[in-house]
Amino acid sequence: MAMEKRARFRSWWLPYALILPQIAVTLVFFFWPAGQALYQSVFIQDAFGGNLQFVGLDNFRELFSDEHYLASFKVTAVFSVLVAGLGLSVSLVLAVFADRVVRGATAYKTLLIWPYAVAPAIAGVLWVFLFNPSIGIVAYWLKRVGVEWNYLLNGDQALMLVVMAAVWKQVSYNFLFFLAGLQSIPKSLLEAAAIDGAGPVRRFATIVFPLLSPTTFFLLVVNLVYAFFDTFAIIDASTSGGPGQATEILVYKVYKDGFKGLDLGGSAAQSVILMLIVITLTVVQFRFVEKKVQY
Amino acid sequence: MSHPRFHARRWLVAAALFAFAASAQAVTEIQFWHAMTGANNDRINDFAKKFNESQTEYKVNAVFKGSYPEAMAAAIAAYRAGSAPAILQVFEVGTATMMSAKGAIKPVHQVMADAGEKFDPKIYIPAVASYYTNTKGQMLSFPFNASTTVFYYNKDAFEKAGLDPNRAPATWPEVMAAAAKIKASGASTCSFTTGWQSWVQLESFSAWHNTAFATKENGFAGSDPKLLFNGPLQVRHIGNMQDWAKKGYFTYAGRKNEPEAKFYSGECAMLTSSSAAYGTIKQNAKFKFAVAPLPYYADVAGAPQNTIIGGASLWVMGGKSKDEYKAVAKFFKFLSDPERQATWHQTTGYLPITLEAYELTKKSGFYEKNPGTDVSVKQMIVKTTDKSRGVRLGNFVQIRDIIDEELENVWGGKKTAKEGLDAAVARGDEQIAKFAKTAKE
Repeated sequence: MAMEKRARFRSWWLPYALILPQIAVTLVFFFWPAGQALYQSVFIQDAFGGNLQFVGLDNFRELFSDEHYLASFKVTAVFSVLVAGLGLSVSLVLAVFADRVVRGATAYKTLLIWPYAVAPAIAGVLWVFLFNPSIGIVAYWLKRVGVEWNYLLNGDQALMLVVMAAVWKQVSYNFLFFLAGLQSIPKSLLEAAAIDGAGPVRRFATIVFPLLSPTTFFLLVVNLVYAFFDTFAIIDASTSGGPGQATEILVYKVYKDGFKGLDLGGSAAQSVILMLIVITLTVVQFRFVEKKVQY
Repeated sequence: MSHPRFHARRWLVAAALFAFAASAQAVTEIQFWHAMTGANNDRINDFAKKFNESQTEYKVNAVFKGSYPEAMAAAIAAYRAGSAPAILQVFEVGTATMMSAKGAIKPVHQVMADAGEKFDPKIYIPAVASYYTNTKGQMLSFPFNASTTVFYYNKDAFEKAGLDPNRAPATWPEVMAAAAKIKASGASTCSFTTGWQSWVQLESFSAWHNTAFATKENGFAGSDPKLLFNGPLQVRHIGNMQDWAKKGYFTYAGRKNEPEAKFYSGECAMLTSSSAAYGTIKQNAKFKFAVAPLPYYADVAGAPQNTIIGGASLWVMGGKSKDEYKAVAKFFKFLSDPERQATWHQTTGYLPITLEAYELTKKSGFYEKNPGTDVSVKQMIVKTTDKSRGVRLGNFVQIRDIIDEELENVWGGKKTAKEGLDAAVARGDEQIAKFAKTAKE
């Protein structure tokens, strides 16, 4: 069956020519930097690239004997699970509601999509404005109701703040996909279930959610990658990894050591580790989670 | 082809091109990358413009390249690509990195000597010059914008709290007595805060008490010093601050200059931070304030000594042509002019770099009109000791981050002062050892 769908090209080179731009982009923007990272991770050098010394796996050994680096794994795990989990559930709820709205649906949708256009660093600053212990309006309200709010010293609150900012930024993206997924579910199925006496919750659990599973799976992968890689600007603009190391996730440490600290070998080694983690996670997801997905 | 008019025209074009090339060659253009924003950016552009107008041989292009770390990262990337600027402004914590980058930089004393410009390190304020000098007494970079750590207080809040607004607390116990009064009287919601905690409360604090921050003359005499800031004096001070934080006298407000906003908004009545905050505070504060020397502990022998500089200096990059270095030397000579230095000091709040600029400012009556603006200078114009010259460490950016992290653990009550400082010293030593490996000859 599948064979019939295959397109046939008359010349052997045309298909390759058509994918060439994509391959070129991947090579230049993915394989080349990744190769550079691998190369630099086995060297130490001064900031200007002088005094290049081959050190083998010393950079990695150093990282794994550093308890603070190991602690940053825990922070990253908590952060990513929270960002992906909250990001997916909040946007699913929003999508389900937006799907049911009859009047002004476009307005709701537009407003919900807006945050996606905001740059991560700006998102971080926006949330800092709201929650800053001395100038933030939300911080002011919290203090009035007796909450001791100071994310500059309280690590849990700082983590909460960056999770909120990261989730807020990603909800729009998830929302779009969920909404599209919801709209492609045949209405006849839902109506048939309704006639059989299934209430909204039951219809969601037995029909909508399983049919959404391809979308959910795709978003899970995308959100985890987002939490791992794209959130460092939010953290840099809001907490700079502090207080202590409460919000220092792996990718932020890569940026800090590499660009601010100019320790290229150590930073490259960290990015190689990060790369391995994400590759492993993605493989695991495709092997185990995808089995539960119904296409 | 043999038409005579055609020939003539070709000759004309060639001659014109030649003339253009010759005139273009006559002007040596150099790039100057800096990280100055706002009013300071205008001043730098003004310097470059005036220099370019003052002569016809050289042209300096001042380019803003983002924050200090960003400008430095950009210059390093440019150096690797073979297009580094001739002059780069580097913040003080980047000094060790620049010094160890042999070949990538050209020491200023050499640039000046090659160009035949007179260059006497003795005209500079000692604490400033010595920071950028190697063990042989040669100046490696050109001191430019240097600030130091001072104490600011809100006179109105002092009055409200029943304190004498014309007498600044001189010692830390006095600061805390004042803080207690301010809190008890409700004169302001926050009594005391500090900017740049590592620089003010540990680096400058140690020098002010003539106490070592690290071995090997705080890193000036070798690239592999051991950190010493977990000594009894520092532990005592950080422990006191933790206690004050618990009692609500000290409010932690951030790692960099965020606490300055808490002061000029009127929220905090006392602040320790950079002398370069003066301009911003003056612009924003809607109350009377004053600048005073950094507090100290009176029972420590040798205190007060001198405080440590912050800010940046100008580095000359390697691999440029002889003409370009000549242009750099001429520009530095232009910047060293006492009149220019004095204006820079008066308009920015940075230190006057030369003693002559200080004398000029004093004579002009600037300090009487703007009381407190000479506090930073007075803190600096003393003969420095091996323990007070400054702190110069490899991977200093990371070490400051580590100190910030550990101090936050102390303020938050997660660690005692001793535990926090011990951890910071141990982690910092690892960073220095790592740097020493890449800095080896």
